[in-house]
Amino acid sequence: MDFKLDKSHQLQQQLFRSFAENEVRPLAKEMDENETYDLGLLSKLQKYGFLGIPYAKEYGGCGSDTLAYTLCMEEVSKVDASTGIAISVHTSLCCSCINNFGTEEQKQKYLRPLIDGSKVGCFGLTETNAGSDVQGAQTVAVKDGNDWILNGSKIFTTNAGFADTCVVFALTDRTVPASKGLTAFIVDLKEMPGITVSDNIERMGIRAASNCIVTYENVRVPADRVLGPMGKGFKIAMGALDCGRIGIAAQAVGIAQGALNEAIKYGKERKQFGKSINSFQNTQFKMAEMQTKIDAARLMTWRAAIAEDNHEVFGPLAAMAKLFASDVANEVTRFAVQAMGGYGYCREYPVERMMRDAKITEIYEGTSEVMKMVISGSMKLK
Amino acid sequence: MKIVVCIKQVPDTAEVKLDPKTGTLIRDGVPSIINHDDRAGLEAALQLRERVGGTVTVVCMGPPQADVALREALAMGADDAYLLSAREFGGSDTYATATIIATALKKIGFDLVITGRQAIDGDTAQVGPQIGEQLRLPQVSYAEELDVDGDYIFVKRQFEDSAHVLKVKMPCLVTALSELCEPRYMSVRGIVDAYEKTVTVWGFDDLKNDLNPEWIGLKGSPTNVFQSFGKKMRDPGTLLKDLTADQAVEAIMEKLIERHII
Ligand SMILES: Cc1cc2nc3c(=O)[nH]c(=O)nc-3n(C[C@H](O)[C@H](O)[C@H](O)COP(=O)(O)OP(=O)(O)OC[C@H]3O[C@@H](n4cnc5c(N)ncnc54)[C@H](O)[C@@H]3O)c2cc1C
Ligand SMILES: Cc1cc2nc3c(=O)[nH]c(=O)nc-3n(C[C@H](O)[C@H](O)[C@H](O)COP(=O)(O)OP(=O)(O)OC[C@H]3O[C@@H](n4cnc5c(N)ncnc54)[C@H](O)[C@@H]3O)c2cc1C
Repeated sequence: MDFKLDKSHQLQQQLFRSFAENEVRPLAKEMDENETYDLGLLSKLQKYGFLGIPYAKEYGGCGSDTLAYTLCMEEVSKVDASTGIAISVHTSLCCSCINNFGTEEQKQKYLRPLIDGSKVGCFGLTETNAGSDVQGAQTVAVKDGNDWILNGSKIFTTNAGFADTCVVFALTDRTVPASKGLTAFIVDLKEMPGITVSDNIERMGIRAASNCIVTYENVRVPADRVLGPMGKGFKIAMGALDCGRIGIAAQAVGIAQGALNEAIKYGKERKQFGKSINSFQNTQFKMAEMQTKIDAARLMTWRAAIAEDNHEVFGPLAAMAKLFASDVANEVTRFAVQAMGGYGYCREYPVERMMRDAKITEIYEGTSEVMKMVISGSMKLK
Repeated sequence: MKIVVCIKQVPDTAEVKLDPKTGTLIRDGVPSIINHDDRAGLEAALQLRERVGGTVTVVCMGPPQADVALREALAMGADDAYLLSAREFGGSDTYATATIIATALKKIGFDLVITGRQAIDGDTAQVGPQIGEQLRLPQVSYAEELDVDGDYIFVKRQFEDSAHVLKVKMPCLVTALSELCEPRYMSVRGIVDAYEKTVTVWGFDDLKNDLNPEWIGLKGSPTNVFQSFGKKMRDPGTLLKDLTADQAVEAIMEKLIERHII
């Protein structure tokens, strides 16, 4: 066992870090305030391969791995969690479904442009009546000749405002529970008639991210866009969420480390009672505690990533990493605001944004309560 | 067109401190980077290759750890890489460094050699021109623009208050300023590819047929660093603000008299 990144991963981390510092950091505050993602930045992410990290070169990907993807998620989320979620939903939720369940032809046609940097993807599972519990799903697909006709509405579809491709889940059999009746489809958000993407849903955090309601009204989907076996949509979605949770855990680690770094930098300069606030033992001990928790969260995230790379069972490991890291992100960002006093609370400094951003990591891709269901489910408690 | 770029691995001076006792750089724990001018030169080479075709080779003399600088260059898009590394090369001054690099360049072959103008640690700006002299190549230093047309390159050379545009027949050597090009990032795939390639390592034995051992390393170096020391910071001056002209004259006079200057 070796906890040190190898040379290739170190160099990738160096790339992610310098890109985040030079390209993402200068835009983070403005994007948050405008509640809009900068599309110029998106195309730079595509250009340097940030949207195809763990996928095979033969399909146009970078040929790297999940561990490198977590390094990317951490580094970009250190400065801007919205950039993190754009990468994560595209990579883990959308692309992993096609990579793991697509036919050779589907991979060439739909995966390649997503991972070679020409297109952006999203993932439509959640509905107003189907959040933690997918059983409430109401979006349906009905066969018409060789095609499928999609009707329904998906809420909280991240990236939908600019994405090209969406993996969407619809009931193809309403006589059985959703876990057996859902099927996955690959749709073109921009090209297929009948699809409407709402304005950005107004949110507390990750406000630069695109997050919309997508409505499907008699959308005609050709049969070659059915992804995986009929009725296996639930399994495909859960598999994607297992991958996604590693990315969210890494995002949480990044938010936490980014906030702690800000607090450390500020506390060196800020003087009260005649000395820097970092020279108070209370501040030092809190910082030591926060760094310890961040490191633990990072190691759990890497463990889950390496398990996925080694094709081992990683679902419960990913759930543990996300449960722990998202809690740490919230604790550390709250501390960072506290450590910076009134200035921490002001928008001039990034930690108030990081505190708002941290909250979502406990909610999406399965809430913390759902993580506990996944973890306890793997513990043979009954 | 075959372009060879010489890159030096240097300590990141943004994070470097001087040892107050010895006056030398404290290198421990300081991250290493590719010298800024050299990255600009590499970017220029990559852009030339994109326009007219050919290959870009990178060469670095340094310890085994300099491998990562070459991987970074490969990840930016260089085609192949050579590391010149041997105990015999240690302690070389600029002349000996240029001798070793020139010998390797002869063996590698080239149409155009690009070096940086100056390394941010050694700071002499001598190695590029010395390589040019040893290879008897026409050379243009301080390049801020670079273009190619057939067998000729066009270089805009920076001066303090003016610039020259020179037309030079290849093979030739150019030393690049950081202003020459904004270097690109590595790409993720580039890094993966870089670690699947081989960096050719040449030691003394690989070059010895063309290399006189008397001219390299510490004993082959005509110059020696005799002493190095940091400069003492001077006290900042006194700033007199918000005075009328008369008050200012009076204040200055007072100081001059106080110091027995007048
Ligand atoms: C910004 C954002 C981006 C998102 N992006 C996407 C996306 O790209 N694609 C997508 O499909 N979805 C997306 N989602 C949806 C997200 O995954 C869901 O919001 C999440 O799964 C929770 O579902 P819900 O909001 O319906 O909450 P609910 O399921 O209604 O849960 C409400 C509360 O009840 C708790 N709870 C529910 N059931 C139980 C139980 N059995 N035991 C204990 N507690 C329980 C939950 O933990 C939670 O605290 C996004 C959401 C947001 C806010
Ligand atoms: C152990 C040791 C002992 C030394 N002893 C002496 C000594 O006794 N006397 C002395 O004068 N100096 C000595 N030096 C310093 C050494 O001479 C210089 O670091 C070296 O010659 C490069 O000169 P420079 O840094 O001024 O580069 P510059 O001339 O400023 O560099 C210009 C360009 O030349 C190219 N270049 C320079 N070095 C390399 C390289 N290694 N690989 C590839 N390209 C390169 C780069 O493109 C660079 O941008 C010693 C260095 C070491 C490590």
